[in-house]
Amino acid sequence: MKKIEAIIQPFKLEDVKEALKAIGVDGMTITEVRGHGRQKGHKEVYRGQEYQVDLLPKVKLELIVDSARVEEILQTICKAARSGKIGDGKIFVLPVEEAIRIRNDDRGEAAL
Amino acid sequence: MAQAPPTLEQKVEALQSAVASAQTSGDNAWMLASCALVLLMTGPGLALFYGGLVRRKNVLGTMMHSFILMALATVIWAVVGYSLSFGEGNPFVGGFQYLFLNGVGMQPNADYAATIPQLTFMAFQMMFAIITPALISGAYAERIKFNAMLVYTALWLFIVYFPMAHMVWGKGGLLNAFLGGKIPCFDFAGGTVVHITSGVSALVAALYLKPRKGYQEEPMRPHSLVLSFIGACLLWFGWFGFNAGSALGAGGLAASAFVATHFGAAAASVGWLLAEWLRTGKPSVLGGISGCVAGLVAITPASGFVKPMPALLIGFAAGIFCYFMVAIVKMKLGYDDSLDAFGVHGAGGTLGAILTGVFATNAVNNALKDSAGNPLPLGLVDGNAAQIANQAIGAGIAIVLGAVGSFVCLKIADLVCGLRASAEHEVDGLDLSMHGEEGYNLEA
Repeated sequence: MKKIEAIIQPFKLEDVKEALKAIGVDGMTITEVRGHGRQKGHKEVYRGQEYQVDLLPKVKLELIVDSARVEEILQTICKAARSGKIGDGKIFVLPVEEAIRIRNDDRGEAAL
Repeated sequence: MAQAPPTLEQKVEALQSAVASAQTSGDNAWMLASCALVLLMTGPGLALFYGGLVRRKNVLGTMMHSFILMALATVIWAVVGYSLSFGEGNPFVGGFQYLFLNGVGMQPNADYAATIPQLTFMAFQMMFAIITPALISGAYAERIKFNAMLVYTALWLFIVYFPMAHMVWGKGGLLNAFLGGKIPCFDFAGGTVVHITSGVSALVAALYLKPRKGYQEEPMRPHSLVLSFIGACLLWFGWFGFNAGSALGAGGLAASAFVATHFGAAAASVGWLLAEWLRTGKPSVLGGISGCVAGLVAITPASGFVKPMPALLIGFAAGIFCYFMVAIVKMKLGYDDSLDAFGVHGAGGTLGAILTGVFATNAVNNALKDSAGNPLPLGLVDGNAAQIANQAIGAGIAIVLGAVGSFVCLKIADLVCGLRASAEHEVDGLDLSMHGEEGYNLEA
């Protein structure tokens, strides 16, 4: 099992969800986060006072998936989330030791 | 036995009484509605406007600064404030004839408003005594202790507001153009009494308290311009009561002030947005709503004296001037008037007071008459250039009283309980440290 963490542009969330649904991935957790990589922030002006806003709103998707499907899912997310501009985000893949379905104690891939 | 038919005299008497009663009904209806409109300006209008401009951790504390005055200023006003403002005293402050509202009832007070109960007049003026100190809270926002704020504000009403209200509007007041003042100053709805005093007092408070921790180093963006937007629009709405209500009746003068008020707000919104757009490249919502408030401030003293076209001019000038004060002058001088109480109310109020001397005309307001009953010229447009000097003296007195009075009140409050919240409390936010609660418990 692997955990896929994808940090994407908020406006790409619907596209990514649709694309994942189309290949049969239907479990995910989504968080609204703020952060930045190489993308520079933007300037806001309130009554003449300028503020540099560095931490930009992003959406983080977390999926735990069967190791065999990781590559396919990564390609799907990349394709759906890409606008080609700086700030499109990043994806990380991590190993997962165990998964448990709380309702009935299912373990491992059966719990996904 | 059949009753004798009424004589002509009896008929006329009955008719006169019916006419007076009808006028009282009409005027009093508008004035009671105006009282409620002016109260709405403080809560929720000003509370939302200021509350949205602070950081999330201070939203309740900031709203409380407005709300508590709806309570505290009312009590002080009822007990002694109305008397000190509108009782007969010396040219500087009223006496104690209306202490505990003694003698203030359903009968009109002909000196101030002959067609409405004095209770209505008292209530209308009370709403001004509530909002004026609340305006100052923009300067000390996010860093004053709540108990110090109460002491400061209560003292301020006695030292600044009641004397200023008496001087401009009270019978025999030094600046009262209509009731025997030595220096006739035109202030229809509170340019000097409300906006200059509060704006200048705010500047002194900002300087005395020093900037917020982290000012100019860390971001202090408004946490919700949505709240501020709603608040500003409620201020605009309530201001019809503030200015048109200051006609103290429901006649033509109220209509004239209503239109002037609206035109001032609209033109100032355009002026501020235009200045901002040209300077920074973007017209902001905060700019638009700040402009409307600046215009409402500047048209306040003029609203019952000027025609509609000068109202547009006054508003437009105020929008540009206040933008300049807030966005450029404040940055250069570096004081932390957190929500720009001085840049909007002090600067806009002063501009409005002076321009009232330019555009006031007896074609709008003919209350000032010579001994033969002919209306006297009012401002420069009527050929009375000297009025500009009178207006400047009135503004000058308000500036000095506001500055010195505010300093004295700050000093006393500081000695009594310490003005500024501890660094820890300031970092935690006033909501938690002063009131033990938070504005947004989204997980609850």
